[in-house]
Amino acid sequence: MASSMRISRLLSRSVLPASTTSFFSRGGSGVLGTRLNKFSTAAAIEEPIKPPVKVEHTQLLIDGKFVDAASGKTFPTLDPRTGNVISRVAEGDHEDVDRAVAAARKAFDHGPWPKMTAYERQRILLRAADLFEKHNDELAALESWDNGKPYEQSAQIEIPMLVRLFRYYAGWADKIHGLTVQADGPYHVQTLHEPIGVAGQIIPWNFPLVMFAWKVGPALACGNTIVLKTAEQTPLSALYAAKLLQEAGLPPGVLNVISGFGPTAGAAIASHMDVDKLAFTGSTDTGKVVLELAARSNLKPVTLELGGKSPFIVCEDADVDEAVELAHFALFFNQGQCCCAGSRTFVHEHVYDEFIEKAKARALRRAVGDPFKGGIEQGPQIDSEQFEKILKYIRSGVESGATLETGGDRFGNSGFYIQPTVFSDVKDDMLIAKEEIFGPVQSILKFKDLDEVIKRANNTHYGLAAGVFTKNINTANTLTRALRVGTVWVNSFDTFDAAIPFGGYKMSGHGREKGEYSLKNYLQVKAVVTSLKNPAWL
Amino acid sequence: MAGVSDGSSFKMPSIKFTKLFINGQFVHSLSGKEFETIDPRTGDVITKISEATKEDIDEAVKAARVAFNSGPWPRMPGAERARIMTKWAELIEENVEEIAALDAIDAGKLYHFLKGGEIPGTARTIRYYAGAADKIHGEVLKPGRELFAYTLMEPIGVVGLIIPWNFPSTMFVTKVAPALAAGCTVVLKPAEQTPLSSLFYAHLAKQAGIPDGVLNVVPGFGSIAGAAITSHMDIDKVSFTGSTDVGREVMRAAANSNLKPVSLELGGKSPIIIFDDADVDQAAQLALLGILFNKGEICVAGSRVFVQEGIYDEFEKKVVEKAKAWVVGDPFNPKVHQGPQVSKKQFEKILSYIEHGKREGATLLTGGKRVGDKGYYIEPTIFSNVKEDMLIVQDEIFGPVMVLKKFKTIEEAIKSANNTKYGLAAGIVTKSLDIANTVSRSIRAGIVWINCYFAFGDDIPYGGYKMSGFGRDCGLDSLYKFLQVKSVVTPIHNSPWL
Repeated sequence: MASSMRISRLLSRSVLPASTTSFFSRGGSGVLGTRLNKFSTAAAIEEPIKPPVKVEHTQLLIDGKFVDAASGKTFPTLDPRTGNVISRVAEGDHEDVDRAVAAARKAFDHGPWPKMTAYERQRILLRAADLFEKHNDELAALESWDNGKPYEQSAQIEIPMLVRLFRYYAGWADKIHGLTVQADGPYHVQTLHEPIGVAGQIIPWNFPLVMFAWKVGPALACGNTIVLKTAEQTPLSALYAAKLLQEAGLPPGVLNVISGFGPTAGAAIASHMDVDKLAFTGSTDTGKVVLELAARSNLKPVTLELGGKSPFIVCEDADVDEAVELAHFALFFNQGQCCCAGSRTFVHEHVYDEFIEKAKARALRRAVGDPFKGGIEQGPQIDSEQFEKILKYIRSGVESGATLETGGDRFGNSGFYIQPTVFSDVKDDMLIAKEEIFGPVQSILKFKDLDEVIKRANNTHYGLAAGVFTKNINTANTLTRALRVGTVWVNSFDTFDAAIPFGGYKMSGHGREKGEYSLKNYLQVKAVVTSLKNPAWL
Repeated sequence: MAGVSDGSSFKMPSIKFTKLFINGQFVHSLSGKEFETIDPRTGDVITKISEATKEDIDEAVKAARVAFNSGPWPRMPGAERARIMTKWAELIEENVEEIAALDAIDAGKLYHFLKGGEIPGTARTIRYYAGAADKIHGEVLKPGRELFAYTLMEPIGVVGLIIPWNFPSTMFVTKVAPALAAGCTVVLKPAEQTPLSSLFYAHLAKQAGIPDGVLNVVPGFGSIAGAAITSHMDIDKVSFTGSTDVGREVMRAAANSNLKPVSLELGGKSPIIIFDDADVDQAAQLALLGILFNKGEICVAGSRVFVQEGIYDEFEKKVVEKAKAWVVGDPFNPKVHQGPQVSKKQFEKILSYIEHGKREGATLLTGGKRVGDKGYYIEPTIFSNVKEDMLIVQDEIFGPVMVLKKFKTIEEAIKSANNTKYGLAAGIVTKSLDIANTVSRSIRAGIVWINCYFAFGDDIPYGGYKMSGFGRDCGLDSLYKFLQVKSVVTPIHNSPWL
């Protein structure tokens, strides 16, 4: 009971201050702070802790069966703590995507899924949520092993969120309403909201199962069938979750899971002539490719959730301690590997010096280490490529004249750990202020007045999210409306409830995920117009 | 029709809950009063039930008020309310047979229908509203000047729910589930004829984790407990299902007390209109079920059947044949189609309408008498040659009595169908798209079934036009009944868009 209460509290606000106090901001308290310091100052990473889970599913899931790739090829998935191989995984390519699409097409055109009652679909999704909940710890262990994120974060936030999202979408299944519409003449007009068909979904490695839920949940609630490609860095947890969905009663072929690489399996899905809809989360560069492939093939509609360089704006009336904690969380959460990371911290000049000092102190207290160890806030980056890229950005920050307040190097001497890094005196034209670093690198910029910060915050080709920290209602309202972004968090950040839509302005993407809005991605609207004889009213 | 069949082989579960359920506890009424609940198969007493009077209602309202004003229920996230409600649905599913038996013995309803349909349906309804609890959306508005405005959908508060005896279980969840999903707290009065299942649901609600005070169940009589609810100064909303006469009293009491908003789901005299192009056999089956389902004790009963002249004679022959084959008897017997009427009072009222119909000069085609000499069983009864001003055509009989009338044109059918003070439901049987569309828009009723009848669904709202009431049960419309709309408006300055 106590643990379920705690989870529900975590869930109710997802990943934000209230729950943060119990989970993320331990550095603030004296006793815990000291304990965490012990980890963060330890230079060497100890022998990696053995994850409490066995890898059972490494094949592709096609038409309800786990099968090898047609080519017989496999690829290794790596433990980011060490770079060692966790397991080899079947590598999907064009032929496998063709098989998966055929299975999904058959399941959509002839299978029971779109034809069963919404109530039955709801029950299957609810059963799946119960199974995810039952296997919370195994799913969490797979997630952390493959991704490097703290196990406590997986087990207490992300898997419960997966469960929550499936329950949320289960509740939508029987409430998908078309409209009856007025016409200018004697016509009876209805809109039918029909499932769009076979959905291709490509998800990233930073929140494998949460992204799985954002994509799979609404598509299934609306009655579609799916070919899902996981990221090559993190194929394990989705295979297990998909297996649990089958166990919950999802008919074969409704959800097919392909592990593999973007240029091969991903491109095959994006350019497939028999995929009716595409949803992609990943980098802006890849998003462009995906959109182009969709345009060149069958003009399938595309939902894109891409990169960001989100501003976190600390106004002069803000409570500095709270702002520091939340800005720290906004950037460093999940090793900085969030598309909506608050990666440009704009601080009003009146509180700037105090903020820098405290932000630096907080970064120094951040507990970095083996994600399977209790109390750890930050694990390794996902892979060597990201690791090198982040270190390159840090060098660029130093070279361009930003002040390195703390961090700046790898952490320990094995695996892909990076020290929590804080730059101050960052200028708008520096690379670290313009490009998405996707790592634990906080860039702090100074500002004078609102108009200026609005202009600077909007001066980016991204538009995913923003944080606003102020006590003043007018400041909050002005910033909220002026920022060209898909989500504004006021005195909060990374609040990811199931019902809150998420997505980008500008080059951060198209469409919205989560909430009622996400259903639109997976529905066709059919207007039905019937002529009326002698209607009693119009 | 067959005689009374024996259902005595069925083993009744013992009755566990007979007291008032207030603030999470089963308690005696303060007055110590009790009333008898009767088995309509025999007229025998099933058990004695604590009777709520005004003082008990006050206690229940107090508990609901505390639960609303300072308890966790409206303060927890909708998703958490949904979890508890889902658990409640699961507990109901584990107890289907016992609840079915309670409704069968208390209301004379068919046990096998309850077990296979109505009781599992309550779990489905609870899940539907559980799924809505985290999807209650206000709107952000478009003011005409520099204003930022939005609506908050807030739970309305303590709601009084008064439900009838014809569908004790369905009515219970149809009212309670949306109120709870909205975050309200509840004082519910079941009908004095059928208190048993409501108390059982209350017990399961507590097991599921619905906090004390959120759901209070107070069996009693309309004139005492019901009146105490409708006139209570601290109840924020009343939703009532019952007769039109009592609905009027409910509204008057609300007006005389604290002007609480009221939703009323009242009587009906719903038409089923069958056109020449219909399949006669299917239409006869549909019309028969339309009046005989649940012994005719259903507000949306298709009690006026209009048949176009081209198929009238054939229809009349078939519907009478089918009525004669209809099996009346013990509701625990799986071969039985129709059990006893709920009470002696209803039984006598129906028989007096039948007598009145004969006196007024309508032709009695079949039925018209009681079945057996014990309990409240009545033969399926069909009248023809009726005139629109006859009492049996105008009044809600609430029993197995069909009136059959011939018509010539669509216009005539529409006019006749609308010639009633009621407007709850209507049925249309036709293959013609134009007829279906024209008639469905012309009938002044809250639900129109085309080539089907009693096609209810959790997502399908129904309710009345005219004196059949106002407000809707089922669907998201029902959820909105239990929500207040609060507009929040604040000036904005230099907004980049308006």
